[in-house]
Amino acid sequence: MENVLTPPAGSPVDFAWLIPVVPALSAGLLLVFGKRLGRLSSAVAILSIGFSATLSTMVFAFLQAQPEEGRVFVRTLGTWLSVGGADGLRVDWALLIDPLASVMLLLVTWVGLLIHVYSLGYMAHDERNPQFFAYLNLFAASMLILVTGSSFLTLFVGWELVGLCSYLLVGFWFERRDYATAAKKAFVVNRIGDVGFMIAMFLIFATFGSLTFADVLPAVSTAATGVLIAVGLLLFVGATGKSAQIPLFVWLPDAMAGPTPVSALIHAATMVTAGVYLVARASPLYLEIPDVGLLVAWVGAATAFVAAAIACAQVDLKRILAYSTVSQLGYMFIGVGVGDYTAGVFHLLTHGFFKALLFLAAGSVMHAVADETDIRRMGGLFSKMPVTAVTSLIAVLAIAGFPYTSGFFSKEEVLASAAARPGAQGIWVLGILVAGMTAFYMARWFVLIFLGSPRWAEGVRPHESPPSMTLPLVVLAVGSAAGGLLNTSPEDGFLHHWLEPSVAAFAADGHFLSEGLLLGAALGVAAVGGLLGALLYLRVDVATVGVGGGARNAARRRYYVDEVYETIVMRPGRAMADAFAAFDRRGIDGAVNGLARMTAGVATVGRRTQTGFVRSYALAVLAGTVLIAALFASGVVFGGIR
Amino acid sequence: MIVPAGHYLVLAAALFTVGVVGVLVRRNLIVMFMCIELMLNSVNLTLVTFSRVNGNLDGQVLSFFVMVVAAAEVTVGLALIVNLFRLKASADADDVDALRS
Repeated sequence: MENVLTPPAGSPVDFAWLIPVVPALSAGLLLVFGKRLGRLSSAVAILSIGFSATLSTMVFAFLQAQPEEGRVFVRTLGTWLSVGGADGLRVDWALLIDPLASVMLLLVTWVGLLIHVYSLGYMAHDERNPQFFAYLNLFAASMLILVTGSSFLTLFVGWELVGLCSYLLVGFWFERRDYATAAKKAFVVNRIGDVGFMIAMFLIFATFGSLTFADVLPAVSTAATGVLIAVGLLLFVGATGKSAQIPLFVWLPDAMAGPTPVSALIHAATMVTAGVYLVARASPLYLEIPDVGLLVAWVGAATAFVAAAIACAQVDLKRILAYSTVSQLGYMFIGVGVGDYTAGVFHLLTHGFFKALLFLAAGSVMHAVADETDIRRMGGLFSKMPVTAVTSLIAVLAIAGFPYTSGFFSKEEVLASAAARPGAQGIWVLGILVAGMTAFYMARWFVLIFLGSPRWAEGVRPHESPPSMTLPLVVLAVGSAAGGLLNTSPEDGFLHHWLEPSVAAFAADGHFLSEGLLLGAALGVAAVGGLLGALLYLRVDVATVGVGGGARNAARRRYYVDEVYETIVMRPGRAMADAFAAFDRRGIDGAVNGLARMTAGVATVGRRTQTGFVRSYALAVLAGTVLIAALFASGVVFGGIR
Repeated sequence: MIVPAGHYLVLAAALFTVGVVGVLVRRNLIVMFMCIELMLNSVNLTLVTFSRVNGNLDGQVLSFFVMVVAAAEVTVGLALIVNLFRLKASADADDVDALRS
């Protein structure tokens, strides 16, 4: 971050501002003219995100061609805020294009593009199709603003915009009340995190006098530790909101109410990765406060464990994936928490591939079985939809950490980093456990959907999805399988080297176990979990799935987290709102209405004097005149007559 | 023979009283109107009387102003009455009570 360059004119980085702007313009165009464009609107949307993807690739190639120490560029477009003179608040509309931003750009644009293409088939029969594509474009544009923002405030703009877009898209089918509620929940829970982020920004500005990354991050070592701890914690509060960590993870599983491509977008490319990105972006800050980092890692580990446990007991195919996302995000926070930011970002990237693939496959399955989401009423779909099944299998293997798939490399790296961090052994143990649980619930997911005997409802004719839906699956499957090549090992992996200018390096402290043992433990536990899941559910009596008491029931009920929130947050909130409403009705309205009633009362009496007879008015005038004359004469007023 | 100023003032007061009572008790708009004229002219008489008493022309000048205003007022007032008569077919002041609450 020390060596910030201005991009040379005419280079791809010079035009990088078009990457978020073009999809945003397309979104605006579709929102205004979508009805008239009709089917054409999806083409506009796909072209615009395709443009961004191409330009992002060019930016990436350009950065790669630069010398290692010259890969951090800031492209300033203009002043946004300039308050309080020379040492006041100054924020530019500027893009920070560095290796971290460039890989995020690639992930968001390419996965976004695939999801756009997939939506072509998935949303073909929805009458608000243009609006959907407009929101998708806006979502991608928001996330692109987020990852290219050169200051905390510009990042926050994207941060808020993805919140808005998630609200619009999760509640896309707002005719259904529970879907609209889910959208509201996502919005409100995100706002809680945003408050933390905002206070963190206030503190940062008060301490460093700037919000720009290039000013703040190199200067973190000069600030007081207490301030840094506060900023780190508050930024993490923001991250827990956006990235669905304990205690703010409740919105994400409900957010699957949106159309499936939206779930894929939220869970893989945009939105939930923002928190991990934020922590990675602020890595110099977290490097100064390793204890807060450890807390981040512990929260991540706890979230990973709880969410994985819940995922094991769910029967809704998208809900399982949603909890799986929460769990995998936990892994990412373990990575960035213990200080291996590259590992966290690496897992973010590979997760982007296989989770997008899993969600799109889930959408394809739902398409095939008439929008059924209960995995107990599927089964035996392998032969009916081979492309979806095979690509899903690749994704399942990747997320479970099967050797040489993308998830294997990234998860192993996260776990190895946890093991290498003194004081984080407990996190490692939890991580290993979660690896086994992940393999278990994903095996269960796959087996119940694709293998075993058919259990779908009468009259359902499962069929493979159209090419516009299967093509993205195949591309993502290649990414899920081969994504690990990005970073084959911490020592000589590409990504480690690539991200060096952007994130703080990880200072490995020596593992408490030998590397072979670490790898073996993770693989062994995952294998046991996966085999157990597969064998248990291959011959399972479906009537016993999704029932049962005790621990299983608690997990199925999501450990009553929603109920707890309802009791401790919503009920008092509602009571307070009711009290305020009563005060408004009785107190404020009462005062206003009372005043009106008093006026009316006075008027009822006063109107009697208005008889409408000219002569009575004349009499009143006379009486008044005589009175004044009498007062005048008697000397009460004006001193009388001289 | 010189009539004392007091006599003029008494006459003016009498005329004014006739005017006031006329406005208050009569309902015919024309008559009320004439009574207003009577009041105005009684005031004129007072003004001229005091002018004479004080030996300057101020009061007489003012009485001319009053006459001019009265003439203008008659024009407007009669026009109003004529229109009102066309509207209501009556010149009774009590028939004009549209503003009654």
